[in-house]
Amino acid sequence: MSYISKPVARHPGQKKNSLGLTARDYEGGMSTLCAGCGHDSITAALIQAFFELEVPPHRVAKLSGIGCSSKTPAYFLSASHGLNSVHGRMPSIATGANAACSDLTYVGISGDGDSLSIGLGQFAHAMRRNLNMLYIIENNGVYGLTKGQFSASADIGSKSKRGVPNRFEPIDPVLTAIAMGGSFVARSFSGDKQQLVPLIKAGMAHKGFALLDIISPCVTFNDHDGSTKSYKYTRDNFTEVTHADFVPPAQEITIKYDQGSVQPVTLHDGSRIYLRKIAEDYDPSDRSSASAYIQSHQEKGEVVTGLLYMNSDAPDMHATNQTVATPLRDQDYSVLCPGADALKALQHGYR
Amino acid sequence: MKPTDTSHPDYYHKVVDCQWGCPAHTNVPEYIRLIANGQFSDAYMLNRESNVFPAILGRVCDRPCEPACRRRRVDEKPVAICRLKRVAADHRDDITDRLPTAPEQKNGKRVACIGAGCASLTVANDLVPMGYEVVIYEALDKTGGLMRTNIPAFRLPGKVLDEEINYIVDMGVDLRLNSPVNSMQALLEEGYDAVFVGSGAPKGKELNLPGRDAADRIHIGIEWLESVAFEHLDSIGEKVLIIGVGNTAMDCCRTSLRLGGKDVKVMARKPREFFKASDWELEDAEEEQVEIVINHSPKEFVIKEGKLVGMLFEQMEYDIDENGRITDSRVTGEKFFPCDDVILAIGQENAFPWIERDLGIEFDQWDVPAVDATTFQSTRAGVFFGGDSAFGPKNIIWAVEHGHQASISIHNYCQKRELTDRLPPTMNLHSTKMGIHEWSYSNDYNPASRRQMPHVELKKRFKKINIEVELGFTLDQVITEVERCMNCDVQTAFFDKLCIECDACIDICPVDCLTITHNGSEQDLRQRLSAPAENPEQDLFVSGDLPHTGRVMVKDEDVCVHCGLCAERCPTGAWDMQQFKLDIPFAEDHQ
Repeated sequence: MSYISKPVARHPGQKKNSLGLTARDYEGGMSTLCAGCGHDSITAALIQAFFELEVPPHRVAKLSGIGCSSKTPAYFLSASHGLNSVHGRMPSIATGANAACSDLTYVGISGDGDSLSIGLGQFAHAMRRNLNMLYIIENNGVYGLTKGQFSASADIGSKSKRGVPNRFEPIDPVLTAIAMGGSFVARSFSGDKQQLVPLIKAGMAHKGFALLDIISPCVTFNDHDGSTKSYKYTRDNFTEVTHADFVPPAQEITIKYDQGSVQPVTLHDGSRIYLRKIAEDYDPSDRSSASAYIQSHQEKGEVVTGLLYMNSDAPDMHATNQTVATPLRDQDYSVLCPGADALKALQHGYR
Repeated sequence: MKPTDTSHPDYYHKVVDCQWGCPAHTNVPEYIRLIANGQFSDAYMLNRESNVFPAILGRVCDRPCEPACRRRRVDEKPVAICRLKRVAADHRDDITDRLPTAPEQKNGKRVACIGAGCASLTVANDLVPMGYEVVIYEALDKTGGLMRTNIPAFRLPGKVLDEEINYIVDMGVDLRLNSPVNSMQALLEEGYDAVFVGSGAPKGKELNLPGRDAADRIHIGIEWLESVAFEHLDSIGEKVLIIGVGNTAMDCCRTSLRLGGKDVKVMARKPREFFKASDWELEDAEEEQVEIVINHSPKEFVIKEGKLVGMLFEQMEYDIDENGRITDSRVTGEKFFPCDDVILAIGQENAFPWIERDLGIEFDQWDVPAVDATTFQSTRAGVFFGGDSAFGPKNIIWAVEHGHQASISIHNYCQKRELTDRLPPTMNLHSTKMGIHEWSYSNDYNPASRRQMPHVELKKRFKKINIEVELGFTLDQVITEVERCMNCDVQTAFFDKLCIECDACIDICPVDCLTITHNGSEQDLRQRLSAPAENPEQDLFVSGDLPHTGRVMVKDEDVCVHCGLCAERCPTGAWDMQQFKLDIPFAEDHQ
């Protein structure tokens, strides 16, 4: 934890986006996480993505639960909305907020403990409802805040700092999300911003539940030899199967691709994802084959990354529930609460 | 790019822009830290090691350090380095017992220095403590040379000059005032082991235009300033025109105001961006309501009935290209400016009518001596030149550096060693780490703007000619200004083998100066960094291959604020903040 705050001095050539903001205007407070924590790199990638997407900070809500990961919303976008909830209960808060204010951009930041242990039930149901949000799991395989016990995402055989191997079956957030109806499922690595930043942008533009599982090494308790979530292990076993380039609406495509190897996907807001297959035999639009592929390659020790599954046509929670287009927050009180007579008439209908 | 060799002192030295920019390589950040710590005497002594005259230079240095200051690239205005030097000098205790002294036992070598200005005095400062007998010949009845005759007392009080010059003279210099050297040959015949010429550039340039010889109210700037300094002159007409717009012109116009000038105009041939005067000297003159008239080229001194009544100027127009160079000019008209006096301040030259041309001391076609740029020896062995007399007018701090270098040569010469047998500068690096996130320097960036030097009120300052205009910083100003220094000498030392490429340093860097990327040519790398490196004068640091991926760490030194956050956020100690100290060899180190 640094005692000084980040100097206000900026690079004189720093770019501004169309809102007149620089990337530094998307920063938050100083991180109090350990030096070298992967979470801080994810924070930097988020800042970069928000800046490039030209999102007005006050149109964003940041949500989190408990844990090292859940501290990170304090470190970016200090001019946005935010709520730090009870452990593992962030998805409910996000669901409620999204129900009332459907027009904000929701970013949930969670960890392997918050989502896969105490919050697994909530996590599953948010996906099942295809809640329109970007849900990031900063996945390091340990409970860093309580000194490094294995979490539910630790691989079998991965060794703790004291050399004891994990014996429990891991819960894989990506496979869980594909099974539970997540409509955008991706995995990345805190140490690879070239992959991470476009995925964050695509996840935010996607209308529906976008899960981004990010391997984020715990530099204090899980970065040793024998760990399967260390910087070194992740780099050595990183297998990118698809690469997503994100192009916002109304922007010209400057990237050139060989025809046939790239699958363009147009999202609801007009932005496009250019999905480049790196593994020939991988199909990110087929739920069952994607699952099988990931599972079989993981068994070989590979960390399969990229945009792994996507269904841009799945209806989100509001579409399924046929809610009104105007956010409930903006509805007149008389519409939200039509009065005793209306209630009586409604009840009468059920008799 | 190849991995940067930081073991050569030049790499880190260059990062300390102020020290690199200073001809004498004064350790600026260290003395500013000493001031911050209230150690004014220590700060003064550290200054004195390299620049010999901290109190003088703290007022009138040409301060090449300030335009170089990194702070200027980060928030426009440099640290007030020069004025902080004055703070150290103003608040020092009696330091006489810390000054070098001459040994009882002399080494039997005698050195003659010509002129008692800053170059000769530096030679004496370096050689007397080594046992040399140094004789200084001075034509005038006071020491200091152009520092005293050409810099008005309202900028540099005589007391300040006396104090610092006497530190040197009192070491045991054989000072001979009122002793002009009229013949080099005669001097050489006196059998000195070496002769150092530090006689400056005492000849003001002439402006030969119609009417020049017909009036006595046309003055040569530096001669006129000298007459004022020696109180031979105490008045001037109400309307004064100064020709030229260098620093001497600024001294002339401001001096005129104090001698009775009411309407003082500085006449410039070219637009403002071509002025030779330092910005701060221009500002000070303009604060005193001097009018600077641009684009007027002198044509004629207008004389009526044997009396100067004014000057005729051609009005100029210039074509300037995008690089700021004049491509063409034309005369658009003429204008007459009435005046009582004209002062010519269009430059000065060195002049050696007293050096016989058959002594083996060669001069070029402009009558400038041929002097070696490293050894400062002339074409005659044992005769050395330094200061303005060597390469024409520069400034005090250059003269001091010439003095140091000439002293090394004189010592080598007297000890019968090769003059080129000179020690290279060396460096020392030590970690400033005091705790997990604590450093032995103030790493917290202070966004305060540059402090404004308080001046004596306009109404009061003209009452006497020697009222020093600058009052010196107040305590609050000092406290703020020292914190503006970014401690560029505390270097970001990188150890590639320890890096795990977690990006923490890159993510935290407030000025985007770090990048991990694949290696390439310098031109290519400069475009691929977190922020493009567009200042070619500032180096890129490139590490060796990083262990995990074989990529390299690249640092653009340009706007690094030395906050140390890269090192604070590094989990493996691959970054460290290490204080760089440059050791500059002087004559005494060449024993």
